[in-house]
Amino acid sequence: MSAEFPIVTQHAGEIEPGHSLWQDAWHRLRQNKLAVIGGVFVAILSLICLLAIVIAPGSYAKTNLALGATAPSSAHWLGTDILGRDMLSRILFGGCISLSVGLAATLVSVIIGVLYGAISGYLGGRVDVILMRIVDIIYSLPFVIFVILILVVFGKHIVLLFMAIGAVSWLDMARIVRGQVMSLKRQEFVEAAVALGLRKRQIILRHMIPNVLGIVAIYATLIVPSVMLLEAFLSFLGLGVQAPMSSWGTLINDGRKTMEEYPWLLIYPSLFFSLTLFSLNFLGDGLRDALDVRASKD
Amino acid sequence: MPLLEVTNLRTSFHTRHGIVRAVNDVSFSLEKGDTLGIVGESGSGKSVTCYSLMRLIPQPPGRIEGGAALFGGVDLLKASPEQLSKIRGKRISMIFQDPMTSLNPYLRISEQLIEPLLIHENISRADALKRGIAALAEVGVPDAEKRIRSYPHEFSGGMRQRVMIAMALITKPELLIADEPTTALDVTVQAQILDLVKKMQRELGMAVIWITHDLGVVAGFCQRVQVMYAGRLVERATADELFQNTAHPYTRALQKSIPALQPKGAALYTIPGMPPDLSRNLEGCPFAPRCEYAQEQCKQPVELKDIAPNHATACLRVQKNEITF
Repeated sequence: MSAEFPIVTQHAGEIEPGHSLWQDAWHRLRQNKLAVIGGVFVAILSLICLLAIVIAPGSYAKTNLALGATAPSSAHWLGTDILGRDMLSRILFGGCISLSVGLAATLVSVIIGVLYGAISGYLGGRVDVILMRIVDIIYSLPFVIFVILILVVFGKHIVLLFMAIGAVSWLDMARIVRGQVMSLKRQEFVEAAVALGLRKRQIILRHMIPNVLGIVAIYATLIVPSVMLLEAFLSFLGLGVQAPMSSWGTLINDGRKTMEEYPWLLIYPSLFFSLTLFSLNFLGDGLRDALDVRASKD
Repeated sequence: MPLLEVTNLRTSFHTRHGIVRAVNDVSFSLEKGDTLGIVGESGSGKSVTCYSLMRLIPQPPGRIEGGAALFGGVDLLKASPEQLSKIRGKRISMIFQDPMTSLNPYLRISEQLIEPLLIHENISRADALKRGIAALAEVGVPDAEKRIRSYPHEFSGGMRQRVMIAMALITKPELLIADEPTTALDVTVQAQILDLVKKMQRELGMAVIWITHDLGVVAGFCQRVQVMYAGRLVERATADELFQNTAHPYTRALQKSIPALQPKGAALYTIPGMPPDLSRNLEGCPFAPRCEYAQEQCKQPVELKDIAPNHATACLRVQKNEITF
């Protein structure tokens, strides 16, 4: 038992260095098999996709019209599409796009959303009202029209896709963090910090943000799948990644068109996509359980 | 010149139910190295008085309506945020009621303990950490060198309060405000904490304002005491005077409510009625509705007046020498 639940001994001389709530959470996360499998799967898949540039069996763009669509074989493990392009390569390169859209949106939402929400929640009053109304306004723009507007004004470019998704993905995070900070700032340790002479900026950075990171971590893992779905949706509408580049969204869309004749063009990208989403959701669930302080009491 | 001179402090909270006058015209002063006890029941304004001095009142709904609090030539009530940041934690420190919630659960003790040093003094992290360990040992945390790397949840309540005290005193402040720091602790630990603050006070020569509702603590610890009721000072005296020549019916009633001073088996004395609603304008003595000595004349406005050297009361009838206790 003592290995599972480390107990800090009171005897002088044999005190272990403290276990932070983070270390405890990490410990609990490792107990959760599904979360670990999910995490490992996503990590490996990301690595392979990143390395795709080097190890991919073929180019994602090189067509071979003479070959056409072929079923999986030893030359093309996952077959080729109707233009004779190697599916495995296209899926790996597509994964690069899909995963980096997820990562970028998560970074944006963590950095902007957390700072924005913490400032809004901690300062309160008029600042809070103004900052939150801005969030409300962006929220109320219909997303698809918003993206179409951006693409129409600035032209179709992969960077703009990232920007469009980033621009909306921090809104929820800002609201969540704001709510957390508002309840945190009434706690005595914040009063104590003020009484010690800390300025507002120091309190936000040192006392507010570390305390909300648990919830931020959970929410961030849930953003990734939702953003990947969003990218798939935009690509599906023809607003996302442009050919010959691929993302899982575009691959599934292309596969859908020919699924009766060449089902593997739909099945394999969908499989990668679903497995990744499953894994991320399991990881998010595991993180939520691991970081829930109430659960840690028992 | 006194270390701290508070004149006519008025703090109120603007709520939906009207303006609550939590502190009403409170004046007092504090000399260097002095120990002042502020006594009163919950809601009497004793904490709000000190929170106002530190400008820790949440605004809104709170508002400091008037008065002055001169501390070393600076009016704390009007100081700029920069001036305040330099005073808080450096020259005036505070310890709080509940040690379980006054430490940030996500930061190591070391991080929080040396925070005031890093903010207020030009000092390297390594040196600050050394002083942190020394400070922790000073307040009686065993094996400070290792314990400083722990997290708050690995400490007991008494130990956490020791950490809070070490944190408040690490910059050697001139004034320590203690807001009922022993209330949340059990009795044996209470005595330890009291002794600890006494010891540190002797060593650093700082002044202490001790907020409490426990007259026993006041008797053993404070040189001077002021009793608050409904946001006003009702009696002020040296600790000995207050117990020997009590000069306000409220103070008398508080003394009678101490269980240990009552004969065994007797029903516990309680003050009848409730503290007044502070959102109403109170004419006359605020304690009159609950006072067994109250008369028609008690509805007149009354002020704190000296009745002896170092002894002032806000009871009209005591001032007129009509009643003694």
